[in-house]
Amino acid sequence: MFKILKYSFFDLMRSRWSYVYFLFYLLLGFVLLFLNNDVSKAIITLLNIIIVIVPLIGTIFGIMYYYNSREFTELLLAQPLKRTTIFLGQYIGLSVSLSLSLLLGLGIPFLVYGLFESSEIWNFASLIIVGVFLTFIFVALAMNIALSNENRIKGFGYAILVWLFMAVIYDGLFLISLMLFNDYPLDKFSLIISMFNPIDLSRILILLKLDISALLGYTGALFNKFFGTNWGMFISFFVLSCWIVIPAWIIVYKSMRKDF
Amino acid sequence: MIRTFILLFLITFSIQIIAQQIEVCPTCKIKSIKEAVKKAKKGDRIVIKSGTYFETGIIIDKSLKLSGIGNPIIDGKNKGEVITIVADSVEVSGLTIINVISSFTQDDAAIKVKKANHFSIHDNTLKNVFFGITVQKSHHGLIENNTIASNATQEYNSGDGIHLWYSSDIEVISNKVSGLRDGIYLEFVSNSSVSKNYSSKNVRYGLHFMFSNNDKYTDNTFKNNGAGVAVMFSKKIKMFRNTFAKNWGSSSYGLLLKEIYDAEIEHNFFDQNTIGINVEGSTRIDYKNNDFINNGWAVKISGACYENKFNRNNFISNAFDISCQSKLNSNMFDQNYWSEYTGYDLDKNGIGDVPFRPVKLFSYIADQTPEAIVLLRSLFVDIINFSEKVSPVFTPDNLMDKNPLMKKIK
Repeated sequence: MFKILKYSFFDLMRSRWSYVYFLFYLLLGFVLLFLNNDVSKAIITLLNIIIVIVPLIGTIFGIMYYYNSREFTELLLAQPLKRTTIFLGQYIGLSVSLSLSLLLGLGIPFLVYGLFESSEIWNFASLIIVGVFLTFIFVALAMNIALSNENRIKGFGYAILVWLFMAVIYDGLFLISLMLFNDYPLDKFSLIISMFNPIDLSRILILLKLDISALLGYTGALFNKFFGTNWGMFISFFVLSCWIVIPAWIIVYKSMRKDF
Repeated sequence: MIRTFILLFLITFSIQIIAQQIEVCPTCKIKSIKEAVKKAKKGDRIVIKSGTYFETGIIIDKSLKLSGIGNPIIDGKNKGEVITIVADSVEVSGLTIINVISSFTQDDAAIKVKKANHFSIHDNTLKNVFFGITVQKSHHGLIENNTIASNATQEYNSGDGIHLWYSSDIEVISNKVSGLRDGIYLEFVSNSSVSKNYSSKNVRYGLHFMFSNNDKYTDNTFKNNGAGVAVMFSKKIKMFRNTFAKNWGSSSYGLLLKEIYDAEIEHNFFDQNTIGINVEGSTRIDYKNNDFINNGWAVKISGACYENKFNRNNFISNAFDISCQSKLNSNMFDQNYWSEYTGYDLDKNGIGDVPFRPVKLFSYIADQTPEAIVLLRSLFVDIINFSEKVSPVFTPDNLMDKNPLMKKIK
C-alpha cells in the first residue's frame, strides 16, 4: 500500500494542478495579509474561505484524479496486488498531497508575516487541522461517487451536488427548521444538527476559538460549554474522524465488489 | 453653579485668614487624626504628614480641611469606615486610604459624605476598598483626581468606586476607577456632571445611572468593563465625547439605554464592543457624529423605541450595523456613513444615490430565532444576505438611510 501511496503522492506532486492549488493558497495568504496586515483578522477571513474552498477543491480533485488515472488503476488491478491497497493508497496519496498544498500555501505567508510572534498560532493551527480533516472527508466522498458512476459527467454532477448540499443547502434547511420550530427550545437540537455536517462542525469549532464567539450570545455560551470541555472536543473530532473512516471503508467495500 | 463656587471660595478664603493649622505625624505632639479632628476648631486645616496611621471611624463634624503631605497612608485594617463627613464645607485631599473591607452588609466606604454640602474630595488614592467614595443626600460637591482601585470579582460581594445617592450638583472629574462593581454609580442624582474619568476593569458597569435626570457625562473612557455604561430610567442625559472600548463578552455592551427620554448622544467613540449601544425602550434620542468601529452589533434595538434620530454617524466594519426586533416607528436614519454601503454617487454630491438598508436579513432572523446565530459566517447566510440586499423582501422597508454618505465623516 505504501508504494501505491508514494506513487500517487509523487505523481500528484509532479502534476500541474497541485501547483495551481498551492499557488492559489500562497497568493490568497499573501493578499489577505497584505490587505489587513493583522494575523488575527486574516484568520477570520480565511475561515470563510477554508470552509467553502477546501471541500470544493477536495471534491473536484478527488473525482478528477480517479477518472484520469483509471487506465493506470486497471493496469495495477492486473498485477498481483490487493484491491484495498490500490484504492486506499490512491485515496491517502491524494489527500496527503492536497493537505500539503494547503499547509504550505497558507503556512508560508503567515510565517513571513510573523505567525510565531503572534498569539494566534493556535487558532491558525486549528484552522489548518480542520482544513486537513475537510480535505480527507471530501476526497473520500468524491472517490465514492466516482467508484459508483462510470459516467464522468454524472459523477461530476453528483460530486458538485454533494458539495453544494453540505456547504449551502444543509444550512438552509437547518435555518428553516429553526424558524419553523421557533416555539420550542432549540439549543440542543441545533447542537446535534450542526454535528452532522462536517462543514458546519468545522466552522463552529473555529468560530468558538476566535474572539468573534462573543457574538454568538446565549447559544454560543451553550456551544462553548459543550465544545470547551475535553469530552465535547473528543466527540467533535470523533465525528470528523467518522466522516473519514466510514466513506473510506465504503471505498474499500465497493472496490472489492466492483467489476472493472 | 459658578456663582455658588465663587461664594464657596470667598467663604473659605475669609475663614482661612483666621484658621489655624494642626500638624499630625508619627513623631508630632498629635499622633492621630482623630485627636486632631477633636482639637480642631471650625475652619482649621489639619496637615497629615507622611507615615502610616491605623485608624477607622474618623467623623468630621465641623468644617475642616484635611490635607495629606508626603503621601500619608491610613490603613483601615478592614475594621470599618475610615472617614465620614457630616459637616458642610469639608475638604479632603492627598490621602491614601487602604483596606476598607469589613462586612458586606454595612456598605463601608473609605470616604463617606452624609448630608453635607459644599464638600471637596480630591487627589486621594483609595486601595482595596469596599466602597470608595459614597455621597448620600449631599449637594454641591467636587470629586476630583482620585484613584480608586480594588479587586472585585463578583457582583454580590463588591461595592462601587464613586457612589452618589440622592444628591445634586456634584462634579466628578478626572478620577481613575478600576476593579470595583460599578466604577461610578448615580442614583437619584440631578444636575451633576461626570467628566474626564477613566473607568476600567469593573465587574459590572463603568458608569451607571439610575433615576437620575439632567446630568451629563463627557470625555470619559470606559474600557474592559463587564459593560461600559448603563443609563436606566433617566431623562435628559447628555453623553458627549466618551470612549467605549473593548467591552467584549457574550453579555457585554458599550452602552445600555433602558427607558430613556430626551437624551443626546454625540461624538462618542465605540470600538470593539460586542454590542455598541443596546437600546431597550427609548424615546426622542439624538445620535449624532458617533463612531461605531469593529463592534459585533453597532446598535441593537429591542422594545419600544420612538422618534430616535441617527445623523452623521460612522458605521465601520461592524458585524451587524443595526438590528431590531420590531418595526421601528418614526425613527430616522439620515446622512450616516456605512462602510457596508456599495451604492454609487453619479452627481458627485457626496451622497449615495441608492438608499442603504442597515438591517441585514440574517440579523433580522437572528433576532426572531436567537439559535440561528450559530449559522454566523456560513456561506448560506452570505447568500441570503446578498439576495436580500439586492431585492428587500423581509427586512422592514421603512428602515433605511435615504442619504448615505460616500465618505467617512472626520
